[in-house]
Amino acid sequence: MKIAFTTSGNSLDAPLDSRFGRARNFLIYDTDTKSFAILDNAQNLNAAQGAGIQAAETVARTGAQCLISGHCGPKAFRVLAAAGIKIYNSDAATVAEALQQYLDGKLVEARNADVDGHW
Amino acid sequence: MKEAKQWEGTALTIAVASGKGGTGKTTVSLNLAKAYGAPIQLLDCDVEEPNCHLFLNGTAEAEETVFIPIPQVDESLCNACGECSRFCQYNAIASLGTKPLVFPELCHGCGGCALVCPQKAIIEVDKRIGAVGTMQAGDITLIQGRIDVGVAMAPPLVRAVKARLQPGMPAILDAPPGTSCPVIAAIRDTDFVVLVTEPTPFGLHDLKLAVDMVRELKLPFGVVVNRMGAGDDRVHLFCRQAGVPILLEIPDDRRIAEAYSRGELLVDALPEYRGLFSGLQDKLRSLAAAGRR
Repeated sequence: MKIAFTTSGNSLDAPLDSRFGRARNFLIYDTDTKSFAILDNAQNLNAAQGAGIQAAETVARTGAQCLISGHCGPKAFRVLAAAGIKIYNSDAATVAEALQQYLDGKLVEARNADVDGHW
Repeated sequence: MKEAKQWEGTALTIAVASGKGGTGKTTVSLNLAKAYGAPIQLLDCDVEEPNCHLFLNGTAEAEETVFIPIPQVDESLCNACGECSRFCQYNAIASLGTKPLVFPELCHGCGGCALVCPQKAIIEVDKRIGAVGTMQAGDITLIQGRIDVGVAMAPPLVRAVKARLQPGMPAILDAPPGTSCPVIAAIRDTDFVVLVTEPTPFGLHDLKLAVDMVRELKLPFGVVVNRMGAGDDRVHLFCRQAGVPILLEIPDDRRIAEAYSRGELLVDALPEYRGLFSGLQDKLRSLAAAGRR
Protein backbone atom coordinates (compact mmCIF):
# COMPACT_ATOMS: atom_id res chain seq x y z
CA MET A 1 0.00 0.00 0.00
CA LYS A 2 1.17 3.51 -0.78
CA ILE A 3 1.08 6.30 1.79
CA ALA A 4 1.57 9.96 0.83
CA PHE A 5 3.36 12.32 3.22
CA THR A 6 3.89 16.06 2.95
CA THR A 7 7.48 17.12 3.43
CA SER A 8 9.78 20.07 2.94
CA GLY A 9 12.69 17.72 2.16
CA ASN A 10 13.30 14.56 0.16
CA SER A 11 14.06 11.79 2.61
CA LEU A 12 12.38 9.91 5.46
CA ASP A 13 14.35 12.02 7.92
CA ALA A 14 13.03 15.25 6.42
CA PRO A 15 10.44 17.35 8.28
CA LEU A 16 6.76 16.53 7.85
CA ASP A 17 5.26 19.65 6.20
CA SER A 18 2.27 20.85 8.22
CA ARG A 19 0.66 22.23 5.05
CA PHE A 20 -0.95 20.01 2.44
CA GLY A 21 -1.76 22.04 -0.70
CA ARG A 22 1.37 24.14 -0.53
CA ALA A 23 3.77 21.53 0.78
CA ARG A 24 7.15 21.58 -0.97
CA ASN A 25 7.15 17.85 -1.81
CA PHE A 26 5.15 14.69 -1.42
CA LEU A 27 6.92 11.54 -0.27
CA ILE A 28 5.10 8.44 -1.48
CA TYR A 29 6.04 5.49 0.71
CA ASP A 30 5.31 1.93 -0.37
CA THR A 31 4.73 -0.33 2.66
CA ASP A 32 5.21 -3.48 0.58
CA THR A 33 8.65 -2.66 -0.83
CA LYS A 34 9.62 -0.27 2.03
CA SER A 35 10.83 2.19 -0.60
CA PHE A 36 9.73 5.70 -1.41
CA ALA A 37 9.54 8.22 -4.24
CA ILE A 38 9.57 12.05 -4.09
CA LEU A 39 7.03 14.11 -5.99
CA ASP A 40 7.66 17.80 -6.54
CA ASN A 41 4.73 20.10 -5.66
CA ALA A 42 6.29 23.36 -6.92
CA GLN A 43 3.41 24.02 -9.33
CA ASN A 44 0.90 24.16 -6.48
CA LEU A 45 3.27 25.95 -4.15
CA ASN A 46 2.90 28.93 -6.48
CA ALA A 47 -0.72 28.41 -7.58
CA ALA A 48 -2.90 31.51 -7.38
CA GLN A 49 -5.77 29.49 -5.96
CA GLY A 50 -6.97 25.94 -5.50
CA ALA A 51 -3.58 24.55 -4.44
CA GLY A 52 -5.21 22.00 -2.16
CA ILE A 53 -7.49 20.74 -4.93
CA GLN A 54 -4.64 20.28 -7.39
CA ALA A 55 -2.41 18.73 -4.73
CA ALA A 56 -5.18 16.25 -3.90
CA GLU A 57 -5.38 15.28 -7.57
CA THR A 58 -1.60 14.83 -7.67
CA VAL A 59 -1.72 12.53 -4.64
CA ALA A 60 -4.70 10.61 -6.05
CA ARG A 61 -2.79 9.94 -9.29
CA THR A 62 0.07 8.28 -7.38
CA GLY A 63 -2.33 5.57 -6.28
CA ALA A 64 -1.76 6.41 -2.61
CA GLN A 65 -4.53 5.12 -0.38
CA CYS A 66 -3.82 7.38 2.54
CA LEU A 67 -2.34 10.76 3.24
CA ILE A 68 -0.47 11.81 6.35
CA SER A 69 0.03 15.56 6.77
CA GLY A 70 -0.08 18.26 9.39
CA HIS A 71 -3.40 19.77 8.33
CA CYS A 72 -5.95 19.48 5.56
CA GLY A 73 -8.41 22.18 4.46
CA PRO A 74 -12.01 21.72 3.29
CA LYS A 75 -11.52 21.73 -0.51
CA ALA A 76 -8.59 19.32 -0.43
CA PHE A 77 -10.55 17.13 1.98
CA ARG A 78 -13.49 16.97 -0.45
CA VAL A 79 -11.26 15.89 -3.34
CA LEU A 80 -9.29 13.36 -1.28
CA ALA A 81 -12.50 11.90 0.12
CA ALA A 82 -13.95 11.59 -3.40
CA ALA A 83 -10.81 9.73 -4.43
CA GLY A 84 -11.24 7.38 -1.47
CA ILE A 85 -8.01 8.48 0.20
CA LYS A 86 -7.92 8.26 3.98
CA ILE A 87 -6.54 11.33 5.73
CA TYR A 88 -4.53 11.35 8.94
CA ASN A 89 -3.34 14.47 10.73
CA SER A 90 -0.02 14.15 12.49
CA ASP A 91 2.16 16.51 14.50
CA ALA A 92 5.26 14.37 14.03
CA ALA A 93 8.51 16.21 13.38
CA THR A 94 9.69 13.98 10.54
CA VAL A 95 8.20 11.72 7.89
CA ALA A 96 9.80 8.65 9.53
CA GLU A 97 8.22 9.57 12.87
CA ALA A 98 4.80 10.02 11.24
CA LEU A 99 5.18 6.69 9.48
CA GLN A 100 5.96 5.01 12.79
CA GLN A 101 2.91 6.63 14.39
CA TYR A 102 0.81 5.19 11.57
CA LEU A 103 2.33 1.71 11.77
CA ASP A 104 1.82 1.72 15.56
CA GLY A 105 -1.85 2.54 15.02
CA LYS A 106 -1.55 5.87 16.82
CA LEU A 107 -3.13 7.99 14.08
CA VAL A 108 -6.89 8.41 13.81
CA GLU A 109 -8.54 8.85 10.45
CA ALA A 110 -9.82 12.43 10.01
CA ARG A 111 -13.58 12.72 9.49
CA ASN A 112 -13.47 16.38 8.44
CA ALA A 113 -11.08 19.08 7.39
CA ASP A 114 -9.21 20.14 10.53
CA VAL A 115 -8.54 23.73 9.39
CA ASP A 116 -10.28 26.37 7.25
CA GLY A 117 -9.01 27.18 3.77
CA HIS A 118 -5.93 29.45 3.73
CA TRP A 119 -5.28 28.75 7.43
CA MET B 1 -19.86 75.09 -20.50
CA LYS B 2 -18.11 75.51 -23.80
CA GLU B 3 -15.15 73.55 -22.50
CA ALA B 4 -17.43 70.89 -21.09
CA LYS B 5 -19.16 70.42 -24.39
CA GLN B 6 -15.86 69.86 -26.15
CA TRP B 7 -15.06 67.16 -23.66
CA GLU B 8 -18.47 65.69 -24.23
CA GLY B 9 -17.83 65.76 -27.95
CA THR B 10 -14.91 63.37 -27.54
CA ALA B 11 -16.86 61.28 -24.97
CA LEU B 12 -13.83 60.33 -22.95
CA THR B 13 -13.80 57.54 -20.43
CA ILE B 14 -11.57 58.53 -17.53
CA ALA B 15 -10.60 55.94 -14.92
CA VAL B 16 -9.73 57.06 -11.40
CA ALA B 17 -7.47 54.50 -9.71
CA SER B 18 -4.81 54.25 -7.02
CA GLY B 19 -2.39 51.74 -5.64
CA LYS B 20 -3.17 52.58 -2.04
CA GLY B 21 -6.71 52.54 -0.71
CA GLY B 22 -8.20 55.61 0.96
CA THR B 23 -6.27 58.16 -1.09
CA GLY B 24 -9.37 59.87 -2.47
CA LYS B 25 -10.50 58.04 -5.63
CA THR B 26 -14.16 58.48 -4.79
CA THR B 27 -13.64 62.15 -3.88
CA VAL B 28 -11.92 62.84 -7.19
CA SER B 29 -14.43 60.78 -9.22
CA LEU B 30 -17.52 62.39 -7.70
CA ASN B 31 -16.25 65.95 -7.82
CA LEU B 32 -14.99 65.59 -11.35
CA ALA B 33 -18.42 64.32 -12.38
CA LYS B 34 -20.24 67.04 -10.46
CA ALA B 35 -18.03 69.83 -11.82
CA TYR B 36 -18.56 68.66 -15.39
CA GLY B 37 -21.84 70.53 -15.74
CA ALA B 38 -23.44 68.37 -18.45
CA PRO B 39 -24.78 64.80 -18.64
CA ILE B 40 -22.05 62.39 -17.59
CA GLN B 41 -21.81 58.79 -16.44
CA LEU B 42 -20.18 57.78 -13.18
CA LEU B 43 -19.31 54.09 -12.89
CA ASP B 44 -18.64 52.76 -9.41
CA CYS B 45 -16.41 49.79 -10.23
CA ASP B 46 -15.32 49.29 -6.62
CA VAL B 47 -17.85 46.47 -6.47
CA GLU B 48 -16.65 45.09 -3.16
CA GLU B 49 -17.41 48.35 -1.39
CA PRO B 50 -19.32 50.74 -3.67
CA ASN B 51 -19.85 54.11 -2.00
CA CYS B 52 -20.44 56.77 -4.70
CA HIS B 53 -24.21 56.52 -4.08
CA LEU B 54 -23.76 57.81 -0.53
CA PHE B 55 -22.88 61.24 -1.95
CA LEU B 56 -25.66 61.52 -4.52
CA ASN B 57 -29.37 62.15 -4.19
CA GLY B 58 -31.30 60.54 -6.96
CA THR B 59 -33.78 57.95 -8.01
CA ALA B 60 -32.59 54.38 -8.14
CA GLU B 61 -33.71 52.37 -11.14
CA ALA B 62 -34.18 48.63 -11.33
CA GLU B 63 -31.26 46.41 -10.43
CA GLU B 64 -30.09 43.63 -12.68
CA THR B 65 -28.64 40.42 -11.32
CA VAL B 66 -25.21 39.43 -12.63
CA PHE B 67 -24.34 35.78 -13.16
CA ILE B 68 -21.30 33.85 -14.23
CA PRO B 69 -21.60 30.50 -15.98
CA ILE B 70 -20.27 27.58 -13.96
CA PRO B 71 -19.95 23.96 -15.08
CA GLN B 72 -22.47 21.24 -14.29
CA VAL B 73 -21.41 17.68 -15.06
CA ASP B 74 -23.77 15.05 -16.42
CA GLU B 75 -22.48 11.95 -14.69
CA SER B 76 -24.09 9.60 -17.20
CA LEU B 77 -22.02 11.10 -20.04
CA CYS B 78 -18.72 11.64 -18.17
CA ASN B 79 -16.00 9.04 -18.81
CA ALA B 80 -13.62 10.57 -16.24
CA CYS B 81 -10.98 11.45 -18.83
CA GLY B 82 -9.89 14.49 -16.79
CA GLU B 83 -9.59 16.94 -19.72
CA CYS B 84 -11.69 19.52 -17.84
CA SER B 85 -9.46 19.41 -14.81
CA ARG B 86 -6.25 19.65 -16.86
CA PHE B 87 -7.63 22.65 -18.73
CA CYS B 88 -8.76 24.70 -15.72
CA GLN B 89 -6.05 27.14 -14.67
CA TYR B 90 -8.01 28.00 -11.52
CA ASN B 91 -8.35 24.46 -10.14
CA ALA B 92 -12.11 24.93 -10.08
CA ILE B 93 -12.83 21.43 -11.38
CA ALA B 94 -11.09 18.28 -10.19
CA SER B 95 -11.28 14.87 -11.84
CA LEU B 96 -10.18 11.70 -10.07
CA GLY B 97 -11.34 8.83 -12.18
CA THR B 98 -14.85 9.62 -11.07
CA LYS B 99 -17.35 12.37 -11.81
CA PRO B 100 -15.43 15.69 -11.62
CA LEU B 101 -15.87 17.81 -8.51
CA VAL B 102 -16.79 21.44 -9.17
CA PHE B 103 -15.71 24.30 -6.89
CA PRO B 104 -18.00 27.15 -7.98
CA GLU B 105 -16.30 29.73 -5.75
CA LEU B 106 -13.04 29.29 -7.70
CA CYS B 107 -14.63 29.32 -11.18
CA HIS B 108 -13.99 32.37 -13.38
CA GLY B 109 -16.77 31.35 -15.78
CA CYS B 110 -14.55 31.03 -18.87
CA GLY B 111 -16.44 27.99 -20.19
CA GLY B 112 -13.21 26.20 -21.19
CA CYS B 113 -14.07 22.94 -19.40
CA ALA B 114 -17.30 22.60 -21.39
CA LEU B 115 -15.43 23.30 -24.63
CA VAL B 116 -12.68 20.72 -24.08
CA CYS B 117 -14.97 17.96 -22.79
CA PRO B 118 -14.91 15.29 -25.52
CA GLN B 119 -18.05 13.65 -24.10
CA LYS B 120 -20.06 16.90 -24.08
CA ALA B 121 -20.86 16.00 -20.47
CA ILE B 122 -20.52 19.57 -19.17
CA ILE B 123 -23.20 22.22 -19.49
CA GLU B 124 -22.98 25.69 -18.01
CA VAL B 125 -25.44 26.95 -15.41
CA ASP B 126 -25.77 30.45 -14.00
CA LYS B 127 -24.37 31.35 -10.60
CA ARG B 128 -25.32 34.71 -9.13
CA ILE B 129 -22.33 36.87 -8.14
CA GLY B 130 -23.95 40.26 -7.55
CA ALA B 131 -26.03 43.04 -9.05
CA VAL B 132 -25.68 46.19 -11.14
CA GLY B 133 -27.91 49.18 -10.51
CA THR B 134 -28.40 52.62 -12.02
CA MET B 135 -29.27 55.89 -10.28
CA GLN B 136 -30.02 59.25 -11.89
CA ALA B 137 -28.83 62.25 -9.84
CA GLY B 138 -29.11 65.47 -11.84
CA ASP B 139 -26.65 65.30 -14.72
CA ILE B 140 -24.94 62.27 -13.23
CA THR B 141 -25.97 58.76 -14.25
CA LEU B 142 -24.47 56.50 -11.60
CA ILE B 143 -23.91 52.89 -12.62
CA GLN B 144 -22.95 50.79 -9.64
CA GLY B 145 -21.91 47.20 -9.16
CA ARG B 146 -22.30 45.37 -5.88
CA ILE B 147 -20.80 41.95 -5.37
CA ASP B 148 -22.58 39.45 -3.12
CA VAL B 149 -21.11 38.77 0.31
CA GLY B 150 -18.81 35.76 0.14
CA VAL B 151 -18.10 36.06 -3.59
CA ALA B 152 -14.45 36.71 -4.47
CA MET B 153 -14.82 36.97 -8.25
CA ALA B 154 -14.99 40.74 -8.86
CA PRO B 155 -13.77 41.09 -12.49
CA PRO B 156 -16.93 39.67 -14.15
CA LEU B 157 -19.03 42.10 -12.11
CA VAL B 158 -16.75 45.02 -13.03
CA ARG B 159 -17.20 44.06 -16.68
CA ALA B 160 -20.98 43.95 -16.16
CA VAL B 161 -20.86 47.54 -14.83
CA LYS B 162 -18.82 48.65 -17.84
CA ALA B 163 -21.20 46.87 -20.21
CA ARG B 164 -23.86 49.39 -19.17
CA LEU B 165 -21.73 52.31 -20.34
CA GLN B 166 -23.61 54.35 -22.94
CA PRO B 167 -21.29 55.23 -25.81
CA GLY B 168 -21.23 58.87 -26.83
CA MET B 169 -21.54 60.18 -23.27
CA PRO B 170 -18.39 60.87 -21.22
CA ALA B 171 -17.75 58.65 -18.25
CA ILE B 172 -15.76 58.68 -15.05
CA LEU B 173 -14.92 55.31 -13.65
CA ASP B 174 -14.15 54.89 -9.95
CA ALA B 175 -11.84 51.87 -9.82
CA PRO B 176 -11.13 49.58 -6.86
CA PRO B 177 -7.83 50.16 -5.03
CA GLY B 178 -4.74 48.08 -5.70
CA THR B 179 -3.19 46.68 -8.86
CA SER B 180 -4.85 43.28 -9.17
CA CYS B 181 -7.44 41.73 -11.52
CA PRO B 182 -10.49 43.84 -10.52
CA VAL B 183 -8.48 47.02 -11.16
CA ILE B 184 -7.23 45.78 -14.53
CA ALA B 185 -10.82 44.89 -15.48
CA ALA B 186 -11.88 48.42 -14.51
CA ILE B 187 -9.19 50.54 -16.18
CA ARG B 188 -8.68 48.47 -19.33
CA ASP B 189 -10.01 50.17 -22.49
CA THR B 190 -10.34 53.59 -20.84
CA ASP B 191 -8.94 56.74 -22.45
CA PHE B 192 -6.97 58.03 -19.50
CA VAL B 193 -6.11 56.93 -15.96
CA VAL B 194 -5.93 59.33 -13.04
CA LEU B 195 -3.84 57.86 -10.22
CA VAL B 196 -4.74 59.37 -6.86
CA THR B 197 -2.05 59.28 -4.20
CA GLU B 198 -1.00 61.01 -1.01
CA PRO B 199 2.44 62.42 -0.15
CA THR B 200 3.33 59.69 2.34
CA PRO B 201 5.71 56.70 2.17
CA PHE B 202 2.71 54.35 1.78
CA GLY B 203 1.22 56.55 -0.92
CA LEU B 204 4.50 56.61 -2.82
CA HIS B 205 5.12 52.87 -2.50
CA ASP B 206 1.72 51.98 -3.94
CA LEU B 207 1.86 54.76 -6.54
CA LYS B 208 4.97 53.12 -7.99
CA LEU B 209 3.08 49.84 -8.34
CA ALA B 210 0.15 51.63 -9.97
CA VAL B 211 2.47 53.45 -12.41
CA ASP B 212 4.01 50.11 -13.41
CA MET B 213 0.51 48.75 -13.96
CA VAL B 214 -0.74 51.54 -16.25
CA ARG B 215 2.55 51.53 -18.19
CA GLU B 216 2.15 47.79 -18.74
CA LEU B 217 -1.35 48.47 -20.08
CA LYS B 218 0.04 51.32 -22.22
CA LEU B 219 -2.61 53.76 -20.99
CA PRO B 220 -1.99 57.50 -20.75
CA PHE B 221 -2.05 58.62 -17.13
CA GLY B 222 -1.34 61.37 -14.63
CA VAL B 223 -1.30 61.81 -10.86
CA VAL B 224 -3.51 63.65 -8.39
CA VAL B 225 -1.83 64.30 -5.05
CA ASN B 226 -4.38 64.45 -2.25
CA ARG B 227 -3.76 65.83 1.26
CA MET B 228 -0.93 68.07 0.06
CA GLY B 229 1.14 69.22 3.01
CA ALA B 230 0.43 66.13 5.09
CA GLY B 231 3.67 64.32 4.31
CA ASP B 232 6.88 64.96 2.40
CA ASP B 233 8.01 65.73 -1.17
CA ARG B 234 9.03 62.22 -2.26
CA VAL B 235 5.91 61.67 -4.40
CA HIS B 236 6.77 64.86 -6.29
CA LEU B 237 10.41 63.83 -6.71
CA PHE B 238 9.35 60.45 -8.01
CA CYS B 239 6.89 61.97 -10.49
CA ARG B 240 9.53 64.40 -11.77
CA GLN B 241 12.11 61.63 -12.23
CA ALA B 242 9.63 59.22 -13.81
CA GLY B 243 8.22 61.88 -16.12
CA VAL B 244 4.72 61.55 -14.69
CA PRO B 245 2.54 64.68 -14.87
CA ILE B 246 0.94 65.90 -11.64
CA LEU B 247 -2.53 67.02 -12.68
CA LEU B 248 -3.88 68.35 -9.42
CA GLU B 249 -2.93 68.90 -5.80
CA ILE B 250 -5.73 68.85 -3.22
CA PRO B 251 -4.73 70.51 0.05
CA ASP B 252 -4.78 68.73 3.39
CA ASP B 253 -7.82 70.69 4.59
CA ARG B 254 -9.83 69.39 7.53
CA ARG B 255 -13.00 70.92 6.07
CA ILE B 256 -12.73 68.54 3.08
CA ALA B 257 -12.79 65.52 5.39
CA GLU B 258 -15.66 67.03 7.36
CA ALA B 259 -17.73 67.58 4.20
CA TYR B 260 -16.94 64.02 3.09
CA SER B 261 -18.04 62.60 6.44
CA ARG B 262 -21.39 64.40 6.00
CA GLY B 263 -21.79 62.86 2.55
CA GLU B 264 -21.33 66.20 0.80
CA LEU B 265 -19.40 66.86 -2.37
CA LEU B 266 -16.35 69.06 -2.10
CA VAL B 267 -17.41 71.26 -5.02
CA ASP B 268 -20.75 71.93 -3.30
CA ALA B 269 -19.59 72.32 0.30
CA LEU B 270 -16.44 74.33 -0.47
CA PRO B 271 -17.01 76.25 -3.71
CA GLU B 272 -13.49 77.68 -3.60
CA TYR B 273 -12.24 74.25 -4.68
CA ARG B 274 -14.49 74.08 -7.73
CA GLY B 275 -11.78 75.60 -9.91
CA LEU B 276 -9.42 72.71 -9.08
CA PHE B 277 -11.75 70.21 -10.70
CA SER B 278 -12.63 72.25 -13.76
CA GLY B 279 -8.88 72.78 -14.23
CA LEU B 280 -8.38 69.03 -13.95
CA GLN B 281 -10.95 68.49 -16.69
CA ASP B 282 -9.03 70.76 -19.05
CA LYS B 283 -5.82 68.84 -18.44
CA LEU B 284 -7.53 65.48 -18.87
CA ARG B 285 -9.00 66.52 -22.18
CA SER B 286 -5.70 67.61 -23.66
CA LEU B 287 -3.67 64.70 -22.20
CA ALA B 288 -6.19 62.09 -23.30
CA ALA B 289 -6.23 63.59 -26.77
CA ALA B 290 -2.42 63.45 -26.84
CA GLY B 291 -2.56 59.85 -25.63
CA ARG B 292 -4.80 58.89 -28.53
CA ARG B 293 -2.43 60.22 -31.13
